[in-house]
Amino acid sequence: MSRVLVGVKRVIDYAVKIRVKPDHSGVVTDGVKHSMNPFCEIAVEEAVKLKEKKLIKEVVAVSCGPTQVTETIRTALAMGCDRGIHVEVSGKDYEAMGPLQISKIFAALAKKEEASLIILGKQAIDDDCNQTGQMTAALLDWPQGTFASEVTIDGEKVKVVREIDGGLETIKISMPAVLTADLRLNTPRYATLPNIMKAKKKKIANMKPADLGVDMVSRVEVLRVDEPPTRLAGVKVETVDDLVAKLRANGTI
Amino acid sequence: MSGGWERVIPAFRSVCGEDGVSLGEAVREQHGRDESVHRCRPPDVVVWPRSVEEVSALAKICHHHHLPIIPFGTGTGLEGGVGALKGGVCFSLRNMDRVLDLHQEDFDVSVEPGVTRKGLNSYLRDTGLWFPVDPGADASLCGMAATSASGTNAVRYGTMRENVLNLEVVLADGSIIHTAGRGRRPRKTSAGYNLTNLFVGSEGTLGVITKTTLRLYGVPEAMVSAVCTFPSVQAAVDSTVQVLQTGVPIARIEFLDDVMIDACNRFNLLSYPVAPTLFLEFHGTEKSLEEQVTVTEEITQANGGSDFSWARDAETRGRLWKARHDAWYAALALRPGCKAYSTDVCVPLSRLPQIIVETKEDLMLNRLTGPIAGHVGDGNFHCIMVMDPNDQDEVIRVHEFTERLARRALALDGTCTGEHGVGLGKRALLREEMGPLAIEVMQGLKTTLDPKNLMNPGKVL
Repeated sequence: MSRVLVGVKRVIDYAVKIRVKPDHSGVVTDGVKHSMNPFCEIAVEEAVKLKEKKLIKEVVAVSCGPTQVTETIRTALAMGCDRGIHVEVSGKDYEAMGPLQISKIFAALAKKEEASLIILGKQAIDDDCNQTGQMTAALLDWPQGTFASEVTIDGEKVKVVREIDGGLETIKISMPAVLTADLRLNTPRYATLPNIMKAKKKKIANMKPADLGVDMVSRVEVLRVDEPPTRLAGVKVETVDDLVAKLRANGTI
Repeated sequence: MSGGWERVIPAFRSVCGEDGVSLGEAVREQHGRDESVHRCRPPDVVVWPRSVEEVSALAKICHHHHLPIIPFGTGTGLEGGVGALKGGVCFSLRNMDRVLDLHQEDFDVSVEPGVTRKGLNSYLRDTGLWFPVDPGADASLCGMAATSASGTNAVRYGTMRENVLNLEVVLADGSIIHTAGRGRRPRKTSAGYNLTNLFVGSEGTLGVITKTTLRLYGVPEAMVSAVCTFPSVQAAVDSTVQVLQTGVPIARIEFLDDVMIDACNRFNLLSYPVAPTLFLEFHGTEKSLEEQVTVTEEITQANGGSDFSWARDAETRGRLWKARHDAWYAALALRPGCKAYSTDVCVPLSRLPQIIVETKEDLMLNRLTGPIAGHVGDGNFHCIMVMDPNDQDEVIRVHEFTERLARRALALDGTCTGEHGVGLGKRALLREEMGPLAIEVMQGLKTTLDPKNLMNPGKVL
């Protein structure tokens, strides 16, 4: 039976008010609460559900980054993943890390671990790239079921219902395949205390991108980060005629 | 006070910044009402302090100028607690929104007033811990402490009274106190007078709560929900009493009467049988759930209850409970254009069958729309009185009904308010409930802590 790789990214918690650094090089991350990317939580939940239905044998949680990402892997283990892989990336490499580097890492790991499915979140809430799943599939030349809101395994094939602008699209793809989780795929479980304690005993393997033959050089350079412009005060008008006149004056109508 | 505002407003701005003070009409109206039927009573000004030091500085200014102080959390109260009856200054605390000092191994956390219960549980989601008190609304936790809030799983986890370990409070003169000592969080204590529980439920009349230390619980390993219908109200309530007497640690046991179920069916397009119904939820390990459920089913079936409709996974449980959670809106939808007022009496368990049966008779006799939903596990139930605010006769009949109901509860050794608080509308009933001597003691405490009567005047006492 099959093995599934799940990607989990450590991001700034969705409830935090983001602040831009004074030097505009990025956002403030020191002392700020971080947690697992919400779409990665959904990916983990789906993988664990498949294992509970005995459709797959093992779920491996993977994260790339400095030491702190092991906390995120532990959360995935507490949710039911069997073991973890921590790909160590730090310093400038970590700051410049993006979908291209991650997808190369996942492609290498998929071969090494002989995975039949890779399940990722559709995008991360910090960079909103929505590229890693697609790039990983392309590098492996595997089919992809992205924006999945329903996943059904049927022998060697996977039926995926995708959320697209026009509605819902159902596709059937062969395994091995890459899936990316959308919001309505499932409701992730909370980690319970007994499972958190059990997770401490599960193994997390440690490796570097070089061990997988992956070069972390980025072709993208962030020039500047700014906050969205502050909203200007509105203007109150007394009558509908005033409103229409003002809308005409500023060219809206 | 009209002359003095010119001095006071700049003083407020120098404490909370230019953006931290508003005289705007829309803003003041927003802060003069909650989710009750009481009309909007806007304050004269709204301020947004960012720290306990700012709250203290603002309080000192108000104290000096004899200005009423009204603390405001999320405005989700049900008893008109935030109405500025004498005008004054609304302290809107939503910008103090930090979760502080989480101690996972000790199961405690401290939060500022801007943190809501859903916000806290989201923050805690990776830790295996949660704060289970659930009054329905996504209320401020400090606000919940101020009203001694409760909710659907109080039967298992208790109310705010049992789950607040310490409070940081700013008094009317700006003094900052810690009701259990600064930073202290032992699981139990017998040190001195219980100041913490003096402020819990004080509804902003004794001080401004700027931090609360809460007791956390482990997230249950598994949850199972079920719905069961009964041939009569008596059978449903008898089952509740028996389940609790057997010692099943049931997490939620909610009663909906036939009128309420009918409203829910229409609102959510469901098809539950229109009959007295219990919604049940069990928390625990897989093994203990089996045992709890077996015992409970034996009891309900012995009382003529139907087979259980089950839900195990989060999505199905959500759908099952949607009917109960939407009760308020379902009741309102029965008569569009009307307003709703919720009663809140609570009686000892053994008196529950009697009071619900008598109350339903009263409703029918007086042609009132009052679907019933309630936390019967605590002996607490709500009649959602749907009334046309323009029909004076109906408004009077509803008011008289609620007084009869409250007095019925008092006569059965209960209380006129199980979880919503006294606020504006139940002060007379509080006097009847407590008796003149206890009220005198309460008045004495109020006078000691707030001699100028600046803290949320006109509420509770």
